[in-house]
Amino acid sequence: MEAIKEHTGKVFPLDRSNVDTDQIIPKQFLKRVERTGFGQFVFHNWRFDDDGNPKPDFELDSPRYNDASILIAGENFGCGSSREHAPWALLDFGFKVIIAPSFADIFYNNAFKNGIILIKADEGQIAEWMEQAKDGTFHLHVDLEDQTISDDGKRLPFDIPSYHKEKLLNGWDDIALTLLLDDKIREYEEKQAARA
Amino acid sequence: MGKGKTVIEKIWETHVVHSQKEKPDLIYIDQHLVHEVTSPQAFEGLRLKDRRVRRPDLTYATMDHNVPTRNREVIKDEVSKTQMETLRRNCEEFGITLADMHHPDQGIVHVIGPQLGLTQPGKTIVCGDSHTSTHGAFGALAFGIGTSEVEHVLATQTLMQSRPKTMNVKVNGNLPAGVTAKDLILAIISKFGVKFGTGHVIEYTGEAIRNLSMEGRMTVCNMSIEGGARAGLISPDETTVEFLRGREYVPKGEAFDRKAAEWLELASDEDAEYDMTLEIDAEEVEPQVSWGTNPSMVVPISGMTPSVDSVDNKDEVSRALQYMGLEENQPITSIEVDHVFIGSCTNSRLPDLVNAANIVKGHKVKDGVRAIVVPGSFSVKLQAEELGIDEIFKDAGFEWRESGCSMCLAMNDDVVPAGGRCASTSNRNFEGRQGSGSRTHLVSPEMAAVAAIEGSFTDVRKFQAGVPS
Repeated sequence: MEAIKEHTGKVFPLDRSNVDTDQIIPKQFLKRVERTGFGQFVFHNWRFDDDGNPKPDFELDSPRYNDASILIAGENFGCGSSREHAPWALLDFGFKVIIAPSFADIFYNNAFKNGIILIKADEGQIAEWMEQAKDGTFHLHVDLEDQTISDDGKRLPFDIPSYHKEKLLNGWDDIALTLLLDDKIREYEEKQAARA
Repeated sequence: MGKGKTVIEKIWETHVVHSQKEKPDLIYIDQHLVHEVTSPQAFEGLRLKDRRVRRPDLTYATMDHNVPTRNREVIKDEVSKTQMETLRRNCEEFGITLADMHHPDQGIVHVIGPQLGLTQPGKTIVCGDSHTSTHGAFGALAFGIGTSEVEHVLATQTLMQSRPKTMNVKVNGNLPAGVTAKDLILAIISKFGVKFGTGHVIEYTGEAIRNLSMEGRMTVCNMSIEGGARAGLISPDETTVEFLRGREYVPKGEAFDRKAAEWLELASDEDAEYDMTLEIDAEEVEPQVSWGTNPSMVVPISGMTPSVDSVDNKDEVSRALQYMGLEENQPITSIEVDHVFIGSCTNSRLPDLVNAANIVKGHKVKDGVRAIVVPGSFSVKLQAEELGIDEIFKDAGFEWRESGCSMCLAMNDDVVPAGGRCASTSNRNFEGRQGSGSRTHLVSPEMAAVAAIEGSFTDVRKFQAGVPS
């Protein structure tokens, strides 16, 4: 995972709640055995009709959003299936930050493990940014070290679990960190074996 | 003064390997279940870092999501074939037991775990699949994880997890006749919404839960994730013990009795406290049907679709009605279906099939309806065939298939076409879930069986009483 300290990017507003991972990456694209190449399929069934033509009412492919890297969405983003293909697809498409009032638990873990910054913001603030982002020119700046998010006018603090923050800032590999505790794991296993 | 503990706390506390201030706990995983869709990138990760699987003996793999249910020999999709072949190679390379497509123990991962007795009270169980909560029916702490976590468990047999909050969902009274565990969990999600469980592990308690069979309990726990919960479980009792007695992976003889006594000790203490408690009256639950595009968009069979004016989430409801091709205030009984799917990790176990077959017996599937039954495992299929269940379904015009996930998520050939409308015993009615443009209505196996015969939704209790629809 690459370290990330701050990010500035254009905002794509997705004014929907309970966006499930079946919508983020539909099942017909889960058959690849690699982690890469899923971006082209993100939100596929909302972006394209059955013949593969872009649907005009979903603006992700409109030229004014083609460099968007911050996604703003409604509550309970990422609910449903545990498929990590969802954050892989979002990241591969170019999204580095996702802002929503709340996230589903499994998605929350999955996204951080891939270096995506997830920010919970209050609904009023999100509605305001959602409106501002409609013309395709709105940018936000996220400073992970300071835990602040700023638009042209204001700078707001956000909460993030300290262990997620630390890992994002350093690009640490979770497994490598746990393997440092190998003696603890072995001790636990020996204790269990003795009990049985 | 010591206070009582919940089953959730008891399991958690005995699995903490290491605890650090302001960090999640490192917890030990007793059982890791693996399938073909969410594991290839995890094994590849191990190879890239030259890591091994720490405990192949605590890891068990099967193929379920992609497998063909019509003819095992014909896999039209090359990419599906590659994914299954990749699992076979990975299991060989890392020394993991695999029940492949042709193995007698093959089945949906959440059906075979309990069937083999791999699922046991007090265990921590994970799988790269959100419906892992199913195993909670046994008083296990079982939850779905992403592929990075699959890799983490393969490499270390542990996971970094923050301690969950606890929630008691108390089901008072008993379910009326003709109302099933599926109706109960749909009613719970309908009442409390798709995110009421976020951050929590739910324990289902109350008389109605105690009186459910293990299969019914699995149906309830299975859909915990549809309410946003990290996991759902039920304290072990004699029903749990009797289900597990004699299963392949549980101890035998006296060792079993000792184990069973330990399991019963895990049940939540009477004075245990929960971070949150919700209650629902079982007596008030009717057969349920989902009308929309998430599992909280559910009404009783006597109900109708909502009017947009009467709800807060107007955009979401009107988009759902539009996707589903339904009007506002439309009676559920007026909705006609052209597909029926009986199967999935929610409702594909032997009693599910027996109960549906009892409805179907002596009737025919309505003209124009395509109805399929997909047993949850090879073993369920065999047992059903020994009981003659397959003949009842086939005589009525159902297709009788090989086991797998099948039309629940349509990763194999079992797809509902665009615009098609399916009465489905599965767990998710998301847009496109059963095929691009498909429309899913979640129901119990009994309600699905009636829908196949009538071609529309009908109260199973009226159908059984011979009330004309």
